[in-house]
Amino acid sequence: MASVSLDHALVLAAILFAIGFAGLLTRRNLIVMLACIEIMLNAAGLAFVAAGARWGQADGQVMFLFVLAMAAAEVAVGLALAIRFRQSLKSLDIDDADEMKG
Amino acid sequence: MTAMFYIAAVVAVLSTLMVVTRHNLVHALLYLVVSLFAVAVVFYALGAPFVAALEVIVYAGAIMMLFLFAVMLLNVSAESPIRMRRAWLGPAILVAVLLAEVIYGITRQSQALGGVEVGPQAVSKALYGPYVLGVELASMLLLAALIGARHIAARARDEEEAAESMERRRAKTAGRTRPAEPDLAAQQTLSAEEGDA
Amino acid sequence: MLGLLWLIPALPAAGFVLLMLLNRRLSRPAAAWIGAGSVGLSALVALIVCGSFIVSPPAGDSYHQVLWTWFDVAGFAPTIGFYLDAVSVLWVLVITFVGFLIHLYSTEHMEHDEGFTRFFMYLNLFVASMLVLVLADNMLLLYLGWEGVGLCSYLLISFWQKDPQNVYSGRKAFIVTRVGDTALIAGLFLLFTQLRTLQIQPMLAAAQHSFVPGSAVAVAAALLILGGAVGKSAQVPLQTWLPDAMAGPSPVSALIHAATMVTAGVYLIARTNVLFTLAPDARLVVAIVGTVTLLIAGFSALVQHDLKRALAYSTISQIGYMFLALGVSGWEAGVFHFMTHAFFKALLFLAAGVIIEALADEHDIFKMGGLVRELPAVFWTFTIGAAALAALPFVTDGFYSKDLIIATSLGSVDGSLWFYVGSLVGAFITALYSFRLVFLVFFGERHTEVTRRPRWRQLVPLYALATLSIVGGLVWMPGWVSGFHPLEDFLDTALPQLDLTSRYAAFADGTGGAFVTILIVAVGIGIAWLLWIPWRKSTHAFSESPAVRPLAAYWLGGWGFDWVYERVFVRPVKWFAHAARNDLVDYVVGGIAWLNVAAWRALSAGQTGRLRAYVAVAGFGIVLVLAVVVLR
Repeated sequence: MASVSLDHALVLAAILFAIGFAGLLTRRNLIVMLACIEIMLNAAGLAFVAAGARWGQADGQVMFLFVLAMAAAEVAVGLALAIRFRQSLKSLDIDDADEMKG
Repeated sequence: MTAMFYIAAVVAVLSTLMVVTRHNLVHALLYLVVSLFAVAVVFYALGAPFVAALEVIVYAGAIMMLFLFAVMLLNVSAESPIRMRRAWLGPAILVAVLLAEVIYGITRQSQALGGVEVGPQAVSKALYGPYVLGVELASMLLLAALIGARHIAARARDEEEAAESMERRRAKTAGRTRPAEPDLAAQQTLSAEEGDA
Repeated sequence: MLGLLWLIPALPAAGFVLLMLLNRRLSRPAAAWIGAGSVGLSALVALIVCGSFIVSPPAGDSYHQVLWTWFDVAGFAPTIGFYLDAVSVLWVLVITFVGFLIHLYSTEHMEHDEGFTRFFMYLNLFVASMLVLVLADNMLLLYLGWEGVGLCSYLLISFWQKDPQNVYSGRKAFIVTRVGDTALIAGLFLLFTQLRTLQIQPMLAAAQHSFVPGSAVAVAAALLILGGAVGKSAQVPLQTWLPDAMAGPSPVSALIHAATMVTAGVYLIARTNVLFTLAPDARLVVAIVGTVTLLIAGFSALVQHDLKRALAYSTISQIGYMFLALGVSGWEAGVFHFMTHAFFKALLFLAAGVIIEALADEHDIFKMGGLVRELPAVFWTFTIGAAALAALPFVTDGFYSKDLIIATSLGSVDGSLWFYVGSLVGAFITALYSFRLVFLVFFGERHTEVTRRPRWRQLVPLYALATLSIVGGLVWMPGWVSGFHPLEDFLDTALPQLDLTSRYAAFADGTGGAFVTILIVAVGIGIAWLLWIPWRKSTHAFSESPAVRPLAAYWLGGWGFDWVYERVFVRPVKWFAHAARNDLVDYVVGGIAWLNVAAWRALSAGQTGRLRAYVAVAGFGIVLVLAVVVLR
């Protein structure tokens, strides 16, 4: 089978990351923001795997595994915090949490 | 292989765009699942079947399910679409610049991939070989996250119950019995208990 | 007998201390006895001391009494010591006698004033300071007296301190004379550094020895001393304070601003005449200052309508005559005119005080009139004073002294035709304005009724001074009348003789010059009679006419000196004081604080509390870092 070029894979990762970043900046719903973070993490992991595939080694995949574990942990805690957020501010709009201003 | 890569790439990009632009939360999350599936195909095209499987099982499976459960628990309403259009301009420019820089940095040198498939065996050898410490640390991280999430969410329930009992007391001392109040309180305690489970 | 010299200044000083300590507990009669009595006793002692000095002069025609050494620092040891010679005898006698008469007058004039005791306290302090000034044997003690009289002048001008205008006048007097005082102290520094002593007689001897005549240092020292004299004696350019000083009570104007303090400058120059002899350029400046002042003040006096302001300008003008005399080396002539002027000017001011009080505080001469029959004693004494001022020939002392000065201005070796013409024009103007006052105040129809008449304590000083104004000139008859000049012989023991040796000397010193003077004065008085008795209405109309009015206003305002000083000095200083009212260093320190707060505000504005904004900033940072990395 013909091989995929590395930069294409990396470009794909970059595009996905960019989209996730844009979504993080734009959306105000806390859950969606968490989802955008997931997108970004996923894109980073894709970059790792692509790099590992370039050299034909398992290290890239191992890194992806660690990223995955970390993403899972972060989502769990993040959603628990989202519940607390919802409880005290009565909404999931991130802009409502601006008590740290000034 | 390459054709599979490109098709999956397109699907991934399009569905990610959908995630970011839908104002119905559940729709967005479902599009995210699609995106994750597409990325799993990309992994396979790159010769990494193990992580492709893991992507589907853990990411699309566990994490997205967690999201959906949280959404159902929180009973979220959609955002208003009007505000969303104006908010895109700045981030779009910033992200475009960022993307341009990264792509420029990537494409300065073009390299072909090895095309070799790195299967689960190789990955496992690496995991239990040089990276065993990382595995242990990752598991401790997950444990910490588990306990932390449980505590944070439980505190939420405790505080809610405390707030409800305060309201009940206030209703009693006010002298006027509100027939709707006790039912609502009972309903909320019920849902809190469900959430706890 | 001469050993009692120290009592002369000590008695008024004791009076001052007593009045100050017992201020509120003294009844009016007690305060009057202490205040006037101390000066009276001083006059008595002065009579004894000076009499014994005149009758049996001590060796060297001077008497020096040292009380104690003031301080001794690095060899500089000024003493508290008194030096009596012919010049200081004259001054002491004038100060104590005229001072006593004025004190007596004040006991009645100020009897209704609530600050009665305070008044006598300040007056006593003034007399003590003035006596210290004229008796001082060294320049530092003289300067002590100088400052003392300046202080008392300020205190007494602003005596009625409830009215802020009076206080401003006092402040103006103090500040303007301060300019002169600064010049004087600079001169003292110069003299000390050059001559190593400030004891007057040794200093003058050293100057004669070490200063080259006409050298820069001699001229500088003399000019600086002139600067001090100009300030105290209200000559151009520091004459602006004296007309405003009339805000004080009339006895103050009589004593301080007519007879004594303003003559301190004359005394100073007469005392240091050696320095001026060594600096011909400085002498010329003195004479020019005197001439210019006498003319400017004369014209201003002609258009005044406040009685006391007219007399103030007249004082400035007459002191200009004294300066003119001093400037042409006519030391003795200047001193003679000081004596006669003290008599008739004090008389005029005291009489003016009576008139103003009688008309219930009316100062405007156009609102007076018709007082010949109402206040006959005041009329006669005032007229005698005005006649002396105008130098009415032969019967007034003013004639003898002014004629001597006019003669000296032409006949002295330093004299010139310009000075002569200036002094003659001045004499004409003087005659004109002094009789203008007489005619406007006493003749014509009465505009204000007399409500208070003077009694003996005010009238006796008037009579005494009027008598002195008539006979006072007889101590120095001019050569072409008789050879009787005891005053000149007496002054010759202390001052250089008049050196009348210019080519016009024969004319100036003889009957020719006297005839010109008499003519000018007579014409002046005659024209004054014409303008203000028969032709009064047309004179008023003329002075109100559009052509003459601006000129009259210009003279009324003192030739615009106040206007210029206001704009050149007062306003910039006030502006600067206002601009610098906040400590400038504060601006720097405050600026740092302000900068901090501004930076804090700017940074706080960036803390919106919104997560997305923070993420955007982080993203921007990433973009920048990547740009650096990628474009390298």
